[in-house]
Amino acid sequence: MQQEVAKRLPNNNVKFFLKSRSDDIGIIGALIGLCIIMTILSPTFLTVNNLLNILQQISVISIIAVGMTFVIIQGGIDLSVGSIVAFTGLIMAGLMKNEGWNVGLSVLTGILVGIVLGLINGMLVAEVKLPPFIATLGMMSLARGAAFTISGGQPIYTLPESFDAISGKIGIIPIPALIMIGIYLLASYVLKYTKLGRYTYAIGGNEIATILSGINVKLYKVAVYVISGLCCAISSILLTARLDSAVPVAADGYELDAIAAVVIGGTSMMGGEGKISGTFIGALIIGIVNNGLNLLAVPQGPQRMIKGAIIVAAVAFDILRKRRQREK
Amino acid sequence: MDETILEMRNIRKEFPGVLALDNACIEVKKGEVHILTGENGAGKSTLMKILAGAYKKDSGEIILRGKRVEILSPKHAQDLGISMIYQELNLVPYLTVAENIFLGREPVSQKAPFQIDWQQMYKKTKYVLESLHIDINPMAIVKELGIAKQQMVEIAKALSLNSDIIIMDEPTAALTKQEIENLFEIIKRIKNEGVSIIYISHRLEEYAEIGDRVTVMRDGKTIATLNVKDTNIEELIRLMVGRELKEKYPKISILIGEEIFKVKNLERKGVLKNISFSVREGEIVGIAGLVGAGRTELARAIFGADKIDKGEIYVEGKKVNISKPKDAINCGIALVPEDRKGQGLVLSMSVAHNITLATLDKFAGFQKINLSKELATVKEFIQKLKVKTPHYNQKVMYLSGGNQQKVVLAKWLLANSKVFILDEPTRGIDVGGKLEVYLLINELAKNGAGVILISSELPEILGMCDRILVMCRGEIVAELSREEATQEKILYYATGGGKKIA
Repeated sequence: MQQEVAKRLPNNNVKFFLKSRSDDIGIIGALIGLCIIMTILSPTFLTVNNLLNILQQISVISIIAVGMTFVIIQGGIDLSVGSIVAFTGLIMAGLMKNEGWNVGLSVLTGILVGIVLGLINGMLVAEVKLPPFIATLGMMSLARGAAFTISGGQPIYTLPESFDAISGKIGIIPIPALIMIGIYLLASYVLKYTKLGRYTYAIGGNEIATILSGINVKLYKVAVYVISGLCCAISSILLTARLDSAVPVAADGYELDAIAAVVIGGTSMMGGEGKISGTFIGALIIGIVNNGLNLLAVPQGPQRMIKGAIIVAAVAFDILRKRRQREK
Repeated sequence: MDETILEMRNIRKEFPGVLALDNACIEVKKGEVHILTGENGAGKSTLMKILAGAYKKDSGEIILRGKRVEILSPKHAQDLGISMIYQELNLVPYLTVAENIFLGREPVSQKAPFQIDWQQMYKKTKYVLESLHIDINPMAIVKELGIAKQQMVEIAKALSLNSDIIIMDEPTAALTKQEIENLFEIIKRIKNEGVSIIYISHRLEEYAEIGDRVTVMRDGKTIATLNVKDTNIEELIRLMVGRELKEKYPKISILIGEEIFKVKNLERKGVLKNISFSVREGEIVGIAGLVGAGRTELARAIFGADKIDKGEIYVEGKKVNISKPKDAINCGIALVPEDRKGQGLVLSMSVAHNITLATLDKFAGFQKINLSKELATVKEFIQKLKVKTPHYNQKVMYLSGGNQQKVVLAKWLLANSKVFILDEPTRGIDVGGKLEVYLLINELAKNGAGVILISSELPEILGMCDRILVMCRGEIVAELSREEATQEKILYYATGGGKKIA
């Protein structure tokens, strides 16, 4: 029997690789299909400039979605991301513009604030054992309210040029796109090669079994919310720099786009399963839809309707396909 | 009795990468208890789920009362008179017994057809329960009933649906001896009323008592259908595994060494009282007792999963402080929990990642995991424990029960555990798989580990253990050596027989 097992291991490698990839194939197909449709509909779609433009446009949402991927794989949800983006943006802009702090220190403080807000979310979930939905729903309102309070409802604009430069380009490539790609590479490394990543899957898959395996589940639960807060702060830098202003209503509703990117990317809302590469493709799909509808000059109303339909259709298709696979 | 009510012919069913059923057949007569048996993964549950409408077959035919039928859904199966009682029962925990029995078909009042006629519902429920001689209040909340009574409610529900074919999947797995007897009583009663029962079970010793005929499956095929009267356990095991099993309990004699583990005066309020015992190197100590005697609670308390109020734990003579599972693991204590799927494994993760879950620190510095080192170790353990899996990356949920348990054991072997607490390690595992688990337990003992074996199967405890502790209501009430222990003695103490009346 030992021989039998040994023999079967290598032979199945190729088949296994294909099977484990088949989950990605559906969504990559959707991405390609979408690109083909857009190319036919709009001559400007398939140009280097427009494609780089799309990368620039999705950078904010897609970086938030990285943190969201960690949280959702671990079996949670973070509704506070949009509010944290707005609040940290105002902190940074306020410090550098109104308090005269230097840019580097202001940005670092903003990042720290993002981390602390994530930490609070994490403690509420891991220590107080609030359902993640409730804890982050509270933080969503709290951080948004704080953003209005510290800004008096007013925007802070005309920020230092050295700060706005973050939204510039190196050659033809937008810096936000580079930062985004860097973060995705780092995140997929963390999920695959570190204990943090492994335990994130384990906790999402079966928290009790993970506790009984001697893992400090509380610590690792807090960690994903901190990562989410950190991602929000980084996103906030890019958003604030691009707009050259921080406003209390910034990033309103971004939590939904981020969740959509994660879910379209095949991460299970039940936790335990998901991939960072999927989230990137999910963010690309949302970005291309946004970009395409703008190119075609579709008005806001129908645009949102179409986006909603695409999110539902993408996930429904995926679920149906997986179910059929399972039933077969 | 000789009238055939159901026939499934040449059923074939493929899951991705697995041929679950290939030419499976079963023929059931009116008013018989038909036992369906085979190792885990033989295809019993799949075949029955097809009959109950939960899965669709790829090919083959089902003939019900002489007519060919296609079963489209669980609802359709019910309409055809087929009910399945799953191992993990399908009741709504917060509703009453009556509400559960009439879920989806509540009797309505004549005058206002949108209004539930509660009186009628309770009356009908009472009638069904009484006809089965089941003593349960129709207004009781299901959650508050024990597992045995919940099962009775399921049976009552099936009968109230006018089912004449009832499938039971491992109904006795979680029951005590008395509860099993009650269940058998009821099964006999409904059988006499012409209901056919398809009974899936691994407990061979039950067959003679309850079964009329038995169908054995292996590797998705039907091997044989026999009269229970004309066969014996040895023949059935041979048919199931396709080879001779020399011994059910392969106990070996091991030189027992120094004391490796000791518990002194352990207490947990309202659950565990004054527990003291010790285990020596190479020794297998059994803990027997009825469900609710506190065996699982004891295991959890030792492992640091539950807080203890008092007591001391010693490993290799040294007193240790255990306040969380990590402490226990660091001391060399391993817990194989009773609920393998719910607590022992992360089902959505791979075989490899489950094996190393508790010991990633061995392969990692601060955070970075050395994947190739991890993989080498994983492969070594898969081979060593003969885990049958198509690939180390296979999700552990697709493995059979025995192989899943091997993954749990591999996890703890990798952690260099010295004391193994095995809580019902063979529950829901087929004969072949059980034997492999026993061999692994022997291996543990041979390597000088101390093993604490908690089990509800007395033959298993008697067959494998050097010493047996009997628990009753949170206390150890007796200690028996291998030589003096018998089923009767254990039961006598487990049911409180040895207790002084206060």
